[in-house]
Amino acid sequence: MTLAVRTAAWWARLPSSRLPAAPLCLPPWLPAACGRPYSSSGKEKLDISTYPVESIRNFSIIAHVDHGKSTLADRLLEITGTIAKTDRNKQVLDKLQVERERGITVKAQSASLFYSHEGVNYLLNLIDTPGHVDFSYEVSRSLSACQGVILVVDANEGIQAQTVANFYLAFEAQLAIIPVINKIDLKNADPERVEKQIEKLFDIPIHECVRISAKQGTNVEKVLQKVIEKIPPPQCNTADPLKALVFDSTFDHYRGVIANIALFGGEIQKGHKIVSAHTKKRYEVNEVGILTPNEQPTHKLYAGQVGYLVAGMKEVTEAQIGDTLFLYKQPVEPLPGFKSAKPMVFAGMYPVDQTEYNNLKSALERLTLNDSSVTVHRDSSLALGAGWRLGFLGLLHMEVFNQRLEQEYNTSVILTAPTVPYKAVLSSAKLIKEYGKAEITIINPAQFPDKLSVSEYLEPTVLGTIVTPQEYIGKIIVLCQDRRAVQKDMLYIDEHRVMLKYLFPLNEIVVDFYDALKSLSSGYASFDYEDAGYQAADLIKMDILLNGNPVEELATIIHNDKAYATGKFLCERLKDAIPRQLFEIAIQAAIGKKIIARETLKAYRKNVVAKCYGGDITRRMKLLKRQAEGKKLMRKIGNVEVPRDAFIRVLKRQTDK
Amino acid sequence: GAPCPQWPYCRKRCSYCNFNKYVVPAVNEAAMRACLVREARTLLRLSQVQSVTSVFFGGGTPSLASPRTMAAVLEAIAGAAHLPAGAEVTLEANPSSASPPRLNGFRVAGINRLSIGVQVRGALSRPVPAAPPVSPPATVLPSQSLDDTELQLLGREHTAAQARGAVEAARRLFPGRTSIDLIFGLPGQSQGAWARGLEAALELCDDHVSLYQLTLERGTALAAQVWGGTLPAPPQDLLADMYQTACTMLVAAGFRHYEVSNFARKGALSTHNLSYWRAEQYIGVGPGAHGRFVPWGEGGCSREARVQTLEPDAWMQEVQSRGHGTRRRVVLSPLEQLEEVLALGLRTDEGVTHERWGHFSPHLSLEAVFGAPGEAAELQQQGWLVLDGGGLRCRREGLALLDSLLPGLLCQLQRG
Repeated sequence: MTLAVRTAAWWARLPSSRLPAAPLCLPPWLPAACGRPYSSSGKEKLDISTYPVESIRNFSIIAHVDHGKSTLADRLLEITGTIAKTDRNKQVLDKLQVERERGITVKAQSASLFYSHEGVNYLLNLIDTPGHVDFSYEVSRSLSACQGVILVVDANEGIQAQTVANFYLAFEAQLAIIPVINKIDLKNADPERVEKQIEKLFDIPIHECVRISAKQGTNVEKVLQKVIEKIPPPQCNTADPLKALVFDSTFDHYRGVIANIALFGGEIQKGHKIVSAHTKKRYEVNEVGILTPNEQPTHKLYAGQVGYLVAGMKEVTEAQIGDTLFLYKQPVEPLPGFKSAKPMVFAGMYPVDQTEYNNLKSALERLTLNDSSVTVHRDSSLALGAGWRLGFLGLLHMEVFNQRLEQEYNTSVILTAPTVPYKAVLSSAKLIKEYGKAEITIINPAQFPDKLSVSEYLEPTVLGTIVTPQEYIGKIIVLCQDRRAVQKDMLYIDEHRVMLKYLFPLNEIVVDFYDALKSLSSGYASFDYEDAGYQAADLIKMDILLNGNPVEELATIIHNDKAYATGKFLCERLKDAIPRQLFEIAIQAAIGKKIIARETLKAYRKNVVAKCYGGDITRRMKLLKRQAEGKKLMRKIGNVEVPRDAFIRVLKRQTDK
Repeated sequence: GAPCPQWPYCRKRCSYCNFNKYVVPAVNEAAMRACLVREARTLLRLSQVQSVTSVFFGGGTPSLASPRTMAAVLEAIAGAAHLPAGAEVTLEANPSSASPPRLNGFRVAGINRLSIGVQVRGALSRPVPAAPPVSPPATVLPSQSLDDTELQLLGREHTAAQARGAVEAARRLFPGRTSIDLIFGLPGQSQGAWARGLEAALELCDDHVSLYQLTLERGTALAAQVWGGTLPAPPQDLLADMYQTACTMLVAAGFRHYEVSNFARKGALSTHNLSYWRAEQYIGVGPGAHGRFVPWGEGGCSREARVQTLEPDAWMQEVQSRGHGTRRRVVLSPLEQLEEVLALGLRTDEGVTHERWGHFSPHLSLEAVFGAPGEAAELQQQGWLVLDGGGLRCRREGLALLDSLLPGLLCQLQRG
């Protein structure tokens, strides 16, 4: 999270807790010992030593998309006086433009809340998590700083695929789970049915569910009380040596890396010399504090607390997620590592114009500073010049990344067709020697080794969970079979809803599966997936040709069974996406030298404006100049000009026929 | 210098027209006349044009104005600059305001060329029919503007018979100097119907024909119907066929295809319109009129793009208070001037001559810009374009595709 991205709207919306004496932000129950935490200097540090481990709760809210996670977070921030109560608090923790536009959370945020319950002052650390299947890795790393979760389920929609996935993440991490049924104010709300689903699927007794309306604030207080009662305080001791887990990091242009940390032991303050267990690098702490949700410096952070740290780290890679920090000369056993972010989707990214390479490079560097889950490898191609091959967590992640690049850095790029990480087991001794190993991972179709030198190709698979009203089961089963998926489980979670589990080849769901599922179920079915290893597959590389010249962006590795249909489909779509030109264009799909599909785009025969007299000229010239500008941005394949977004359009709108 | 006074009023709105025009119950013609006269004088003085090569009364529907107005404007022009006796003075006329006595009145007032037709902007239409005919006209009637069903579709008020009568009367009064506008690509129109209509028009016409593919303009009733699906959009290939057929027929009938949409025989080219395509100076007079000239008279030394205030009453007030109603003045950079020279010149059969290019670009020749390897060379190789001793111009096949050629040529020009 860069400060640059904290938009004006964000500051305007929140009477910032860092600004002097914003009375609405003053938690009135702050103990006298901490004096005036938001003193007029605005820089004076908060003392949070008065919060012993027993009065700390670290928790997260997890939910299916749109079930009200961000709204509940807004209410919790309001009730605890962390932010002013106004009706403008919407998605307060979602700071990115793309998050607000799409109503999703991409980047985890944290906020420390002060709350008094039965005479005890509590420090509640809310660790917000991303809410999309692509970001399940980010969810897991946020959860590792928690002892419990609030599991929010929509009273109308009931349990959805992501609810299931999130539940298991929390369950496996052995966290306390507080089920909350949200949106009980809605007309069609059926909390009883949802409670039964929760009991059946998660084995949580009905009476443990809290019925709330986050929008109206109903019962939200009760949720806070449950957090205090049900979630155990962190198990750790300030007297122990420092042991801090890095669970997120952001980049600030002035101060460098800001690491979000959870203290599993000891304490930390300015001046401490610390060491990264992963890099062994040494740093001096410049600043520690809590997030409210803006940074609020404190004198110290103590065991069990969650906050941030600035220590002169220049790159986000120095504050790797899952890393453990300890005091210089007081090493500790590092905390068990996280799963490292594993990209599921790869795509080439190239500047539209090679002279933009350096600008794009610096934009990429800055953006990846905040999104360590994107992997970046330099890449170059004959057709596209110098660029990169990027790895993303999923297609949404890729779109979000691209959108941020455009919105925050004002750059435009060529993205190639997304591909998943295939593997090939090599049989050719020469190739094995060349690669230094027998099994290689292919993240770029250009590197697809020929069948003759391969004993077996492997493709990644995922275990997908689908939750749907029963009336769509038939169509969904057909869709899954069409995607080469194998059914693993089918369970009625109540009289009307079914949970299906399928083993999918990853490439079959990467681009458009979710959209297809949504459209055939009128939006009712939900989907989530988890990694399920590799399986053998009959793979081939398919090229798309325009007048005989391969379109590098569209080269794809696909399953042999899908080649003809996909080739035909891509050709048809491309025909619609490319404007007519001065000559005929043959659009072909080819496997090796064999053409498997063809479409023909006829030449323009007439394209000239009829009238161009005195009064028409200004308007005419404006249009022509815009077209000339547009022409400079076109991608040229042979002599064919293709609009920059044509390929993405071709790939994205793929709908099942 | 080529003044083009605009008469902004129409009696009704045509379904395809998006020009700056006004349908008002009563026009204060005397005031309008005084203002046109005054603005013509002011702008001619500003331009310091010595000799006027042509005058074009456009609109609106200028044939609704009285001959007195034309006479007064012409008198003002002749008073401010030299107006040679043979200078082309065109009036856009509408069949329903083109009775023989009226036309004679215009002739007496000094008009010596007439442009009649469907394309007279925003002429006398009736309100657009609620459910216009979707199927092509069943009966075979003569030319585009001469077919009642099609006239109705275009929202025109006059009938085919009226149009024919007007053309015949005009030819008697302005022999060799009557132009007709024809339009093709109407929703539902077939290739056969168009060819037959054109044949009939050829029998009727004089020595100048303007041939327009119907352009659907945003904000017009016709466009709304086509885009809304009430009327069918003609297929691209059919439009290309219609254009080609028409060009072939007109050339066979002795016409020179001298601009994308204009044809003339016996040398009856429109001097005035050529001045646009040759990027000469022209002076827009009247509400919403556009001009291109160097305002030497007020110390300017660069060519400017000028637009007069659109709304007639506001324009009149401005003219009354400061002599002219110029709303926008934009100095055209040397590159912008060349872009216009190129984009407009290539619309003509003579293309952009070396001489004209040199006039706007004394230091960088046509060859220097377009002779080097690049877009122009490629387009030449593909047979759309020619660069030779005459200049840079489109081949016949290229002319129909000019809008696909221009963006690339503009890129090359910008680099050069």
